[in-house]
Amino acid sequence: MNDSDGIVKEFLVESYENLDRLDRELVGLEKNPEDRDALGSVFRTIHTIKGTCGFLGFNKLEAVAHVGENLLSRLRDRQVTLDPEVTTALLCMVDAVRQMLSQIETAGEEGERDDSALIATLTRLQQAPAAPGEAPTEFAGPIASAMPVESVERVEAEEKKVSVSAPAPAKASSAVGLPRNIGEILMQQAGVTSTEILLAVKRQNEGDPRHLGEILVEHGATGPSDVVDALRVQQSSRPPTAASDSTIRVDVGLLDKVMNLVGELVLARNQVLQFANRMKDTAFLAASQRLNLITTELQEGVMKTRMQPIGNIWSQFPRTVRDVALGCGKEVSIEMEGKETELDKTIIEAIKDPLTHLVRNSVDHGIELPEDRVKAGKARVGRLTLRAFHEGGQVNIEISDDGAGLNTERLRKKAVERGVITAEQAIRMTEREIFNLIFLPGFSTAERVTNVSGRGVGMDVVKTNVEKIGGTVDVQSTAGRGTTVRVKIPLTLAIIPALVVTCSGDRYAIPQVSLLELVRLAHDQARTGIEMVQGAPVHRLRGRLLPLVYLSRVLELAGVAEAGSDEGNAVNIVVLQAEGRPFGLVVDEINDTEEIVVKPLGKQLKGVNAFAGATIMGDGKVALILDALGLAQKANVISELQDRAVAAKEPSAAGKTGGNRQTLLLFQTGERGRMAIPLALVARLEEFARSKVESAGRRQVVQYRGQIMPLIRIAEAVDLPEGDAGEKSGDGEGPLQVVVYAERGRSVGLVVERILDIVEEDVVLDRMAERPGILGSAVVQQRVTDMLDVPGVVRAADPGFSKAAIAE
Amino acid sequence: MAQSEQFCTFFIEGHFFGVPVRQVQEVIRYQEMTRVPLVPQVVRGLINLRGQIVTAIDLRRRLGMGERPVDQLPMNVVVRTDDGALSLLVDEIGDVIEVEEKTFEAPPETLKGVKREMIHGVHKLPGRLLLVLDTERAVNVAEAVTGAGERDP
Repeated sequence: MNDSDGIVKEFLVESYENLDRLDRELVGLEKNPEDRDALGSVFRTIHTIKGTCGFLGFNKLEAVAHVGENLLSRLRDRQVTLDPEVTTALLCMVDAVRQMLSQIETAGEEGERDDSALIATLTRLQQAPAAPGEAPTEFAGPIASAMPVESVERVEAEEKKVSVSAPAPAKASSAVGLPRNIGEILMQQAGVTSTEILLAVKRQNEGDPRHLGEILVEHGATGPSDVVDALRVQQSSRPPTAASDSTIRVDVGLLDKVMNLVGELVLARNQVLQFANRMKDTAFLAASQRLNLITTELQEGVMKTRMQPIGNIWSQFPRTVRDVALGCGKEVSIEMEGKETELDKTIIEAIKDPLTHLVRNSVDHGIELPEDRVKAGKARVGRLTLRAFHEGGQVNIEISDDGAGLNTERLRKKAVERGVITAEQAIRMTEREIFNLIFLPGFSTAERVTNVSGRGVGMDVVKTNVEKIGGTVDVQSTAGRGTTVRVKIPLTLAIIPALVVTCSGDRYAIPQVSLLELVRLAHDQARTGIEMVQGAPVHRLRGRLLPLVYLSRVLELAGVAEAGSDEGNAVNIVVLQAEGRPFGLVVDEINDTEEIVVKPLGKQLKGVNAFAGATIMGDGKVALILDALGLAQKANVISELQDRAVAAKEPSAAGKTGGNRQTLLLFQTGERGRMAIPLALVARLEEFARSKVESAGRRQVVQYRGQIMPLIRIAEAVDLPEGDAGEKSGDGEGPLQVVVYAERGRSVGLVVERILDIVEEDVVLDRMAERPGILGSAVVQQRVTDMLDVPGVVRAADPGFSKAAIAE
Repeated sequence: MAQSEQFCTFFIEGHFFGVPVRQVQEVIRYQEMTRVPLVPQVVRGLINLRGQIVTAIDLRRRLGMGERPVDQLPMNVVVRTDDGALSLLVDEIGDVIEVEEKTFEAPPETLKGVKREMIHGVHKLPGRLLLVLDTERAVNVAEAVTGAGERDP
């Protein structure tokens, strides 16, 4: 059998139950045709079976269910009245469905059966409103012709005499299962040829009442002992227990309740453990440790009841891929790794649609047409790879294609056209930011509307749905090589590992999902490691600017931490990420990691998005769970673009933060020049020894990360007198202060005199001071500050750098 | 409507308050609270009510009264609302009393020191007045923020 095993099994279990109910309901309905509820229920059941069949590719079953459904909808609309004949036909349909289901259960496929008679009957019944009087005699024939298959099979199954033939192979069926064809077994084991079997079958069809085996023996094709053996094989091939016997279906509500109780137990366990550690009673300690083990196992066990392999939803993808690929004339193969990776049921359900969309999207937009692929020197058949694996308490799902990759230029253009970003922003954005544009609402680069694009599930919905369950989506792409979408989701939502920190005397839990690393700045580092004053402090973490957020400030608590850091005590930084951007959260103390049970906050506290919920700690006290994204938004550390996207979603939040609040990097250039650029434009701050500066042509360059990075002296670029520290190489001492600006993988270094500060201000740009390289002036920290036009300066100094951008 | 109604009574800054008994889930002594930053002052914190996290609202603050003396620990009157249980912090718990409907009257104009809009009305009892708290209004923290509750005279 194949991948879809799990789903099919589920479908079978569910359908058997539904069919049993259907029998009862149909019979009840016959007695009381006016029972609209029962009719509605019957209709829904058949509809569900039909839908699932279509999705699993069981076309025959679908066809039968389809006509049945049509007839039922007519009944529901009172265009046809329910009389015994209609009921009989419907019951016939139910039986046919049941037979096919058991065939599917044993053989994994529908088998070759002919339901045209039944379908014809059902179709005719829905067209002809049954006039009283004419029904019984006239319609008896066709129905009878649909019936015998049924009744004969039943009888035969009971007698355990098996006679199977090609035109009606679905014999000897029961709800339990259907054995393999006797002919098949004889062919395999006794060397009977298919011609001989066909001949025998033909004779049966012509009216020979004997069983297949008997005919074959008579013709000398095989010996009686072979037939007996074959019959035994056939018997043993019946599955020992059917799917419907080995599983029970449990109400998810009940599971949820058990899960909640286990959550409570975990909390109680934590309390007992703390208590036991204080009491020096060894017997109590032993008992509590036993409790600890059992609770852990119970928790795992209960979690497992809700776990399902991701393969359950993946198994539909080969078909999805096939259909989409066929629809757009592409050739795509699909590979899956880590099908067995398990996830909580609710999460599986929540990611099903987003994943389906991503897969369709990859085939529709990612992978190129076969001709284009050959031209590009790739294999004709595109490859789509799904990978799932556990990593740090999370499940990573990657959807990679080896297609054309994302076209950054097109994305930029589209974003500007749609008014998602301004042309200026478009030039400034990093590659990664550009890629992630595809997740913004109302953004589609699809140049034509296909059945995929027109489905109303955009990438923004994918992102929203994934984030709803605490996951993240990220896209990476290499032009010509393909695109990878990485979805990270938590294993479960109810109990999560979290880091406990202290701030101003209170404890807070931070979900480990958003945790990147912990940084401790001790002694001197505590003072020098944070470059800051008033507004927005930063820490240089391995050469990258890490914006810092003081938890006490964000939460508007008394600033114990800051006072501490001034006195040279250690600074604890929890590096978090929100929307893929890291930021440092400064807390008083980092305590421990703990499994916490997430509890929702009351309505009164819902408006505060800095908190994701609350939990009860081991000592029984309540602690708030911090929400990394909410904190970042509150502290304004995520880039403008994302702010905009967020602002669009939450107008109230935008109102609070003010119109044009920006985080700016202030620096001195020349002797007195005071300038600022948005921090979002700064890739890194670097220092270069003056000896490292080399010349290439007329330009000064440095080697930087294996690239040659041109240097632009801001003072020269905007015509200011040079400063003492010497932005010119040679004169002056100490390393060159360089602000690295990156655009589509290329970097350029802006040489400044001195980095002054990073501040967050409402910027009101006064264009009066506009001149080459300067966008205008603004008052920053009560001082007039020029806003540097970074792209402008870069273009003026190096026209080649932004060629593509200018072409737009 | 019933002829008489039972009230769970409590005291806040000397005033005698009551909420209908059917709204009250339980009354518990002072519980340690976890403060919640960034929310209106009336929310004093979160308490752990047998594994359930319950928001505690300080009625003194909600009713615009003075702060409770530091050495006086508030009591929790846990009420059921449409959004689950909520705790009302009060000074002291009184008895459950039964009052007759006919003693009920709209809040008098002369009522001082208490936001009148938080009061459904008063029951004139022998020797004292029972102020009937409008629970729904009292737990509406959003209203406390926007100040809508203060607009009325």
